[in-house]
Amino acid sequence: MIANARFRDENLSKRVAQKIHEVAASEGSVKICHVCGTHEWTITHFGIRSLLPSNIEVIAGPGCPVCIVPASEIDEAVQLAMKKVTVTCFGDVLRVPGSKRSLLDARAAGADIRIVYSVEDAVRMARNEVGKDFVFFAVGFETTAPSTAVELVGKSPPENLSFLISHRLIPPAMELLVRMRDLNLDGFIAPGHVSTIIGLRPYEIFPKTYKMPTVVAGFEPLDVLFAIYMIVNQIKEGKPQLENEYVRAVHREGNVKAQEVMRKVFDISDGNWRGLGEIPSSRLMLSHDYEAFDALLKYKIQVERGVDAQHGCQCHLVIIGKTKPTDCPLFMKACTPQKPVGACMVGSEGTCRIWARTVKMPK
Amino acid sequence: MLMEMCLAIPAKVVTIKQDKAKVDFGGGVVREVNVTLVTVGVGDYVLVHAGYAIQVLDKEEALETLRLWNEILEFEPKP
Repeated sequence: MIANARFRDENLSKRVAQKIHEVAASEGSVKICHVCGTHEWTITHFGIRSLLPSNIEVIAGPGCPVCIVPASEIDEAVQLAMKKVTVTCFGDVLRVPGSKRSLLDARAAGADIRIVYSVEDAVRMARNEVGKDFVFFAVGFETTAPSTAVELVGKSPPENLSFLISHRLIPPAMELLVRMRDLNLDGFIAPGHVSTIIGLRPYEIFPKTYKMPTVVAGFEPLDVLFAIYMIVNQIKEGKPQLENEYVRAVHREGNVKAQEVMRKVFDISDGNWRGLGEIPSSRLMLSHDYEAFDALLKYKIQVERGVDAQHGCQCHLVIIGKTKPTDCPLFMKACTPQKPVGACMVGSEGTCRIWARTVKMPK
Repeated sequence: MLMEMCLAIPAKVVTIKQDKAKVDFGGGVVREVNVTLVTVGVGDYVLVHAGYAIQVLDKEEALETLRLWNEILEFEPKP
């Protein structure tokens, strides 16, 4: 395989940056939005913003699947855990704030909450401990949802395992952003990993309906730099279109097998996103055929509404790129990776968490 | 890091047995992953996310991308 080093080539990176400067010189302000935590990591870690001309701004959209889980769904998981059900979840989810407490708080209060690497771990635990009830808290975008679906479709998960589904879909959130007039977006860097599953078709709406240059990009520094170059070029030529920079992993049709299992297991409904509110057709729910595995129905859990924002926390603005983490009054003061206040400081893909590791506070 | 989600990491397929494969992430990290979602062979590179291979990486396309980039930039690689 091609060594990743070749996608990080310093000379080539400098040349792309130079090209971006040349193309952007005749343009006004350009605001490009990405919607993936891994893109934010690449951009921040490799200092890509420092290579760009001053009229090109790259902002981070809601690309952290952990950060956008609303407090009400954390509350549901906490309620399940307090009912003596063993809740299994990804490590990032543990410290996401609920209305009053996180799953970590629930664990401190005696609940059995276990971190898993994949949904298969939850299945294995349930099979090995038949006397206990287990729930898998399924968080994640289209990249993660197929693995949840695989465990349900065609197999019979153990009877003592049910699912709390919090999966969300990225293109509807992108549509919300593009319709926010005051955000004034000029282009999208579309998320490469989500795109390996969904392919290119779901993004066609952005250039067609919204005249928004859209480039699917990989996660090496050169991938991101080239995506920016391609977007600025489209703007310069006045021809917004959908382009795929990440051809080594993303095919036009996506991963058809993954799409099929998702279609069998899930229905699409409107969904609440922390900091963004309700987004039409953005949530995956278990379809009628799989209701028997729905933890909310099985344990009669009902949470009317949750409290998403903590006092002073700017996560709802950070998540759409309106506020930089360093402009939040809590950033690295009351809110740190060790003691996060907002969800953006919790998930490893959260913008605040990434900036906390990399960005120096202005003096 | 492996307990955290959303990341997808490339790995080389070492062995395959039914829907499971041993994959090498490099640096001595070898793990068993589920390959139900992909059609894959030994020696292929896959993107692994939360214990599942989600896509096969295309070596030819990777080389083509590098070639195209160099062409766009009229970049002269050092001999």
